[in-house]
Formats: sequence, structure tokens, C-alpha cells
Amino acid sequence: MYRITKKYALNNTTEFMSVEAPLIAEKAKPGQFIILRIDEVGERIPLTISSTNTETGEVSVVFQRVGATTERLAALSEGDYLLNFVGPLGKPTPLEGYKNVAVIGGGLGCAIALPQAVYLHKKGVRVELIAGFRTKELVILEDEMKSSCEDLILMTDDGSYGEKGLVTAALERRINEGAGYDLVLAVGPAIMMKYVSLTTKKYGIKTIVSLNPIMIDGTGMCGSCRVTVGGKVKFACVDGPDFDGHEVDFDELIRRNSAYRAEEAVKLREWNCNLLKMKPGEDN
Amino acid sequence: MANMSPNKTPMAEASAEERRHTFNEVALGYTEAEAMIEATRCLNCRNKPCVSGCPVNVNIPKFIAEIAAGNHRAAYDIIRETNSLPGICGRVCPQENQCEGKCVRGIKGEPVAIGRLERFAADWYTSENGGASCPAKKPSPDAPRIAVVGSGPAGLTCAGDLLSYGYNVDIFEAFHTPGGVLVYGIPEFRLPKSVVMREIEALCLGGARIFTDMVIGRIKTVDELLAEGYAAVFIGTGAGLPSFLGIPGENSNGVYSANEFLTRINLMRAYRPDMDTPFRPAKRTVVVGGGNVAMDAARCAVRLGSEDVYIVYRRSEKELPARAEEVKHAKEEGVEFKFLTNPVEIKADENGNVTSVVCRRMELGEPDASGRRSPIEIPGSEFEIEADAVVIAIGTTPNPLIKETTPGLASDNRGRIITSDGVTTTHSAVFAGGDAVTGAATVILAMGAGKEAAAKIRDMIESKRTAD
Repeated sequence: MYRITKKYALNNTTEFMSVEAPLIAEKAKPGQFIILRIDEVGERIPLTISSTNTETGEVSVVFQRVGATTERLAALSEGDYLLNFVGPLGKPTPLEGYKNVAVIGGGLGCAIALPQAVYLHKKGVRVELIAGFRTKELVILEDEMKSSCEDLILMTDDGSYGEKGLVTAALERRINEGAGYDLVLAVGPAIMMKYVSLTTKKYGIKTIVSLNPIMIDGTGMCGSCRVTVGGKVKFACVDGPDFDGHEVDFDELIRRNSAYRAEEAVKLREWNCNLLKMKPGEDN
Repeated sequence: MANMSPNKTPMAEASAEERRHTFNEVALGYTEAEAMIEATRCLNCRNKPCVSGCPVNVNIPKFIAEIAAGNHRAAYDIIRETNSLPGICGRVCPQENQCEGKCVRGIKGEPVAIGRLERFAADWYTSENGGASCPAKKPSPDAPRIAVVGSGPAGLTCAGDLLSYGYNVDIFEAFHTPGGVLVYGIPEFRLPKSVVMREIEALCLGGARIFTDMVIGRIKTVDELLAEGYAAVFIGTGAGLPSFLGIPGENSNGVYSANEFLTRINLMRAYRPDMDTPFRPAKRTVVVGGGNVAMDAARCAVRLGSEDVYIVYRRSEKELPARAEEVKHAKEEGVEFKFLTNPVEIKADENGNVTSVVCRRMELGEPDASGRRSPIEIPGSEFEIEADAVVIAIGTTPNPLIKETTPGLASDNRGRIITSDGVTTTHSAVFAGGDAVTGAATVILAMGAGKEAAAKIRDMIESKRTAD
């Protein structure tokens, strides 16, 4: 059993959670992930590690409420326990040898890209962070991002905060201004990573993306997380989750991630109905 | 006077129609009377060919004689002397190629039903005692401590023998539940999870500690385990990495490795509405492969309501690697076999969901390296099988995680750990066994290797002790 030590909402769909897992905290490196299971009926879901604290033994994750499991997770409180919490899984992001890096986060991906930015920034690498959100209310971790880079460019799709537009617009502008990146790291929705990769390919800038396919075991056993990279089938859990963005078949990834959409919608409806039963009198 | 009936005493089975709708066990086991009758078919021959066919050398005639005499407890104890998982072996061993394959009675008729009798002894013990037996004495806390990586058949057997030698044992399991392939791979209807759990419980009562959620290679390396003071490490991590066909369309939605398909069902129980793991219902399921795993996947698909379930196998029925009993059960349950058929492409709709498997007919040519006649494609023989689920069950290879994170541990070009004698690796104080060494094989061969490794670990520790 793994105790939840901190849990709070970052915005109305995104939650921050710290869990006591000292062995994982000691070993985890930027880019690695954990798999958790809430209880006996729970499914195993992968979440990228957002930060670790070796002194307190805490491992932190950030997740979006998108389905039954993440809703159930969001309903837990500090002091509650998770039944399973396994990691660190996957290979760490290869971050050595770069001097001038653009870290690009999309929505929740900002939280996942943060440890890479922190690591590079601490090593004295020049880091520019381009963070994209749909709208102002969804902006998360602004202070943390600011303090882990030379320059933070904040974008919103609707222009309600920061600059108006997509991260790719800011990226392309900075490249044309002569930013001179030797690496672009992109973490976010598959569609964002796809367009970031298409943009950087034009300029021949090395691009690493962090993929988020469906997984069960996270140790190479099920093959559910298979992705096509450079025409070859790779398992994101053991060969990744980071890959060369110019080689990834994003369209396939997007299709595969929708494989259980119908089943997940049913589970979510059941969860919502249960909630209503549990709290009679509350309006719906 | 021996019972000279040429046939095995039949064992009751659930009807095929009943089976199609439940994950309950198919083979129901012998009653006491049936077991005692079958036991009298054993001739108790002097040279015991059956024992030589058993990878863990169970004293077969001796335990059968005890069953014949009604001393079932004694029979169980005799099996347990060399086999720590009798309830499992009695159910899933390929006895026809092992003990029963060597039985003298098999020359003129059917061999003695050794597997069924072993199962009877184990189940009898459980029903009388409410659990599996455990060693009378736990290891002393000062005794050497061994790390066992992986809690499948190799690891559990190795752990059982190490405990009996008086050593402490810590078992590390990557999944949230111990048992390895016994729980994620083999379905409930062939091996009930309760049978696996009682054998694991026995190890815990005997002093073994099991740590789940521990992916060795990531959270701790093998060298770190040794540095922590473990006297030896046994690697029984199996062959978990699924192979794919490498044909177009294989990454379509609804195409699974057998590992994924079976794990969703057996370990995550995705078919139960109260479980969170999702499962896509399918009307027509195509399973590619001809081994026991393919049979398990096909029979699961039947139980999950797939109206048509096909096994597609590129050789003929004669070459099927699956046990005859599994093939028979699959056929009874309505699985349709397409022999001499090779999938060449998987087609999907515009959303990426699988719609059909394009296959080519095959004919058999000259024997290949495996001694089986190799299949050759017949040009222009393409045909399609409609499907909304495809399960690829063509084998697995060892997981590379341990070898990638353990300098000095050599493996071959197929990822199998290299050993000098079947269990001793190129890394000092590190032993390995089971599928991690042999590539995908059987439960009992993994158990045999676990046993052998435990003996080698004992030799190493005792010779060090003498040297000191």
C-alpha cells in the first residue's frame, strides 16, 4: 500500500498527487513513469513522474480527469492509500550533451516536461520553455516553469492569457529569430507532438517526444503500447517512452489511443451514476 | 492384483455447452473411489520409466501405491518431497510427453493417469487441511538469504527448495500479484487461481517473503541485490516479450498479443463489469498460432461471447504444438481450426479497427530445423477471414530488462541467458532458469530448472562455508 501524501487540483480538470514511494523516489530520472492501481478492481494506468523528493521519499504525478480511473483517483484524499505503485519504468530521457534546448509542454504535458527542464536548467543548459494551454483557467505550474528556464513563452489557444496561438507558432517564430536550439523536447497531446515534430523536421532540429500509449504491465510483456518508430515496431514501455519525434507514426498512436473509447465512456457513465447514488440530493 | 483395464479411469468434465459460458474449471478431478481404482493400474515396475520422464523426479510408483492403499496424505507427502507445486503440475504438465509417455501400460493401451492422480493427491490434501502444507521449521534469520526474481513456476520452485535447505528467500515480482504465467497466462478454466494461491501461501507460511510491484532492473539491479547482502540471485523472469508476425495492419485496434489478451482476462478480469480494465467485445475472433497459449486465447474468446472463433495455423493438425487435450477441449467448445493457413495482412476500417485477416494457403515441404515439415505458401491462394479481434499467439522471447541492466550477465542472440549447466550464469552468484534460459517452454521444465538452480545455489553456499 502506498500513502497519498499530497493531493490538490491544479485547475478544474488537472490534479497533483504525491505518493510515498521512497525506493522509486531514489531511482527515478526525468522521463520515467510509474504504473498505479487504486484497488482490487482497479486498472493499471501509467503516469509520467512529475517530480521526486528523495528526502521525503515522495513521488509526484499530475493527471487529468478523463475517465473512470482518473475520476476515482481524483476522489481520493491525502492519507488515503493506493494498492499498487510500481516504477520507475521506461528509459530516462537522454538529456546529456545539449546546450540550448526548447522544452515544449501542452496542457498536462507541461507538468510532465517540467522535470526535464529543471534537470537541464540546473546543469546550466540554456532552456526555453514554450507552454500551451487551451485557455487561461487551465494554466498550471506557471511559477515552477518560470523558475526552471531562461525564458517562458506562455500560449493560449484563445488568447485569454499569454500569447494567442499554438505552441508551434511560438516555436517556429523563435527558430526564425535564431534561437539556435540543438534539441526540442515535446510533451503533450499526440497531435501537438506530431505538429511540433513536423515543424522541427523542416529545420532539421533533433526532437524528442514522450509518448503516452495504452499500457498494462509497463515491462514489455503485453505489447499494448506498441508504436511504429522509423518503420519498426517498438514498445513504449521498455524502448521508450521517449522517441525521435521525426520517426514516430503519430496517426497510428492517435488511433490506438482511441481503441477503448466506447468501453471507457461506459465505465465513466457508471462512475458518475454511482456518484449520484452516493450523494442523494445533490443536483446533477 | 493390478487393474488390467487398457483405458484410463475417465475423469468427469463439465459439458462443452456449459463451458462456453463460464470460466469454471473444465476437468473436474477424480473422486476418491476413481483415484483408488486408477491407482491400481500401476504395475509398480522396478525400473520406473515414469520417474525418468519427470523433470522434477517425483517418485511416481510410490505415491500411486499409497493412493491405491487409501493413504492419500502419504501420497501427497511423497510428491511434495520433490515437487513444491503438485496441484499445478497435476493440471498443466504435458504428461503425455513426460511421465505418462514412458509408462509401460501405454504400450498396450493408455498409460496410468499419473497427472490426474497427482492432482487428486494435491486437491485431497487441500480439502482435508484447508491449504497447502508447509515445512515444519522456518529458516533461521541468520541463514543465508537468496533473492528470487520472478514468481512464476521457476521462481516458486526454486524458492520452495531453498526454504527446504534452510535458507531465507525473498521473491521479487513485477506485477501486483505473484504467480507469473500461472496467473496472467493460464486461464482459470485450466488452472484455478485459488490452486496457485494456495501453493504460494504455502511458501509464505514456510518463511518466504514476496515483494510485488518490484521490477528488478529498474527499482534495483541484480548487482544491487548482491551488494545488499543476498548470497545469491535466481533469475526466473520467464519469456515475457511477445513476438508479432510483422505483417501490414498488425497495429490495428483489436489486434492483441496473446499476452495482452490473456492478461486483460486472467489477471485484470476485464470481462467482469465491476472491474475497471476495459475489454472490447468481439463477434469474430481469429487466433494465430497452434500452441497451448493459442488454445487458451481461443477458449477465452469463446467464453467472452465471440460467436466465431478461429485458430489459424500454418502447418497441419499433426504438427500442432498444443497438448492433445487442449486441442480436443477447444474443438468441443466450438473453436474452428484453419490448418495450413498463414496470415499475410490485417485489414482495418478508416478508424483503424480490424475488419479481416488476409490469409494464404500453405502446403508442407521438407522437414526444417525443428524436424517438422516446413510450410510453403501456395501462390494466388489468398482468402479473407472477417474478424473484429485478432490474437497473435506465435511465441514469446525473454524480457531484455535484466540482461540490459546486469553487466557481466551474458545472453545469446535470442535474448536467452547463457548458462554453463542449465542454471549457472556467467555472473558470479547469479543463477537462472526457466523460459529466461530456454525461451518459451513448459511450466514443468521451468520447475525442473528452478529445482536444479536451488541445488546449485546450495552447493555454492556450502562450498564457501567449508572454505571459510
